[in-house]
Amino acid sequence: MAISVDEAVSTGPARDHTPPARRFGGRGRAVLEVALLAVLAVVMLFPVLWMIETSIKENRDVYAIPAKFFGFKVTLDHFKDVFVASGGGRSALSAAFLNSVVVAGVSTALATVLGVPAAWAYSRFSVKAKKDQLFFILSTRFMPPVVVVIPIFLMYRQVGLIDNKLGLILIYTAFNVPFTIWMMKGFVDEVPAEYEDAAMLDGYTRLQAFWRFTLPLLLPGIAATAVFALIFSWNEFVFAIFLTSSDSVRTAPPAIAGLIGGTTVDWGLVAAASIVFALPVLVFAYLVRKHLVAGVTLGAVRR
Amino acid sequence: MGTVAVHGLRKSFGKVQALDGVTLDVPDGSFFVVLGPSGAGKTTTLRAIAGLEKLDAGSVHLDGKDATGDSPAARDLAMVFQSYALYPRRTAYENIASPLRARRCSSSEIAAAVERMSSLLHIERLLQRRPAQMSGGEMQRVALARALVRRPRAFLMDEPLTNLDLKLRVEMRTELTRIHRSLGGTFIYVTNDQVEALSMADQVAVLKEGKVQQVGTPAEVYERPANQWVAGFVGSPPISLLPCHAEGDRLVGADGWTLPRPRWTTAEDGRPLLLGLRAEDLSVEQRGEASLPGELYGLEPLGDRTVVDVRVGTEILKVKARPTVTGTPGERLHVTVDLDRAHLFDAGTGLALSEAGR
Ligand SMILES: Nc1ncnc2c1ncn2[C@@H]1O[C@H](COP(=O)(O)OP(=O)(O)O)[C@@H](O)[C@H]1O
Ligand SMILES: [Mg+2]
Repeated sequence: MAISVDEAVSTGPARDHTPPARRFGGRGRAVLEVALLAVLAVVMLFPVLWMIETSIKENRDVYAIPAKFFGFKVTLDHFKDVFVASGGGRSALSAAFLNSVVVAGVSTALATVLGVPAAWAYSRFSVKAKKDQLFFILSTRFMPPVVVVIPIFLMYRQVGLIDNKLGLILIYTAFNVPFTIWMMKGFVDEVPAEYEDAAMLDGYTRLQAFWRFTLPLLLPGIAATAVFALIFSWNEFVFAIFLTSSDSVRTAPPAIAGLIGGTTVDWGLVAAASIVFALPVLVFAYLVRKHLVAGVTLGAVRR
Repeated sequence: MGTVAVHGLRKSFGKVQALDGVTLDVPDGSFFVVLGPSGAGKTTTLRAIAGLEKLDAGSVHLDGKDATGDSPAARDLAMVFQSYALYPRRTAYENIASPLRARRCSSSEIAAAVERMSSLLHIERLLQRRPAQMSGGEMQRVALARALVRRPRAFLMDEPLTNLDLKLRVEMRTELTRIHRSLGGTFIYVTNDQVEALSMADQVAVLKEGKVQQVGTPAEVYERPANQWVAGFVGSPPISLLPCHAEGDRLVGADGWTLPRPRWTTAEDGRPLLLGLRAEDLSVEQRGEASLPGELYGLEPLGDRTVVDVRVGTEILKVKARPTVTGTPGERLHVTVDLDRAHLFDAGTGLALSEAGR
């Protein structure tokens, strides 16, 4: 596992950067590199910075022309507005965040509970046409959501799952199970089957052997996989906007998008809501960053 | 009680026929060694007995009862894996305790049993370590302790000493034999090391390409190899095989030499044969009339003895000699043959000729 993303991902072309180093000399190259990276960082991070600034400016300063980069008065009112309605009580946005937590959390939990045992089975047992089955499972992810959302909308209307959290949970689970199976199969393959064999000779059943001996070794992999699934469900927009409409069901992405489009747009609120929305994903990704790299590079590691 | 009988085991992995009709009868309380080169199907045989491998055909009987479809847990066996398969997150203590925990023994029983095992195998000071903090030899002892902590029907051991260095391996060989004597129980022990097989076994089964070549005591396998392949695999230095045929009362070599024909040879004149001669049944000191003319090819001093390579025609004979023997390559000499201990094989089938008259 001691392999970096670079090593795992970059193929031939990446090495092409070396010859110019000799022409420029080490010093000049370093300066150029830093300059380029700085430009790139500014371009990439400016919107984020602007979003953060906007979220803590008073409305007056938000609309000021020319725009104020510094010297504005800092306020946390927008963040308060995200959670508290103008007349007191809970805001619609805070309900949307709660919906997102429920939908993303439950669908990720379901996908993990269904996908991990399936991955274990595909890794350990000889299954007829295993490769075809695995490819079929993956192929369900080939279709972009926009393509399938109309038929799903029609089907959901028949069974009353439109504007229903359960509907979103099911569709997100369906999208995350294939991903979980694929990613977890890699992690299960890494755990020698002999631990389970030994456990069965000790007197455990096959399922006990999996539960007591293999599963604990899979936990880092499960965490990484679950974070990916969580990020997908948390960020998902297309299904959410088509399949839900009421404030009590809606998840955060369509709710935040809904803030834009009226006659006046409260940019401070949009910025604050976006930051609150982005934070959990960043925190989770940070917590499991080591395993994320492991998960991403899994295919590249041969023992 | 602890008899294990397998009959007609067949198992293929894709195109590889790992087991091709393996039949073994392991008596209660014996130290039964399955000997074969790498890839012979030894591990697959053990896994089949343990119930870890789904068989294409064949049956497994434990204590006379059909256990072919039983789960590994129900078979009441213990196994030492070639890779040890110690649970990585658990201490040696927990590893050794695992079979007892699975069978719901009380913790005082477990503590007593683990202590007994750890003093038997001298691993008291390892008990709180995890596998990653142990050397190969230490892991091997812990794996043995985990298998021996219970009294199962039989102990299955898959090349437990192969990964150890030579000194430790020789020590553990004696130790295991001692443990077998003191604990009793049926041991099925797999190895590719013929010295291990000959020194430890009550019974040896020689396996090659998924087929049992011969079953017998170490002495039988060594002294009466069933075929040319077993003769070549068992014994070090390897047996020398010379093409020849019988002619009246002589054996005539392809290279022109002749020897008196052993009385018990049943082969008709002219049938192509192989004369098998072990190094210790040959001598470079000339005595008697049964001798082969050759020239010195090389000397291999091994401390306690020297193996002399002698070229006879196009073949090289390995001859055991005293460590003081000297000579220069190319020197002519005669190799005396102890014909009473020679082996004859059919050159076509490789099977040993009947030795009924011996
Ligand atoms: N799980 C497996 N998948 C494919 N081939 C296998 C598998 N297990 C064993 N084999 C093959 O079966 C043959 C016998 O293997 P094995 O029983 O492990 O031999 P041994 O233990 O005597 O070295 C070998 O050719 C090996 O490559
Ligand atoms: Mg093996």
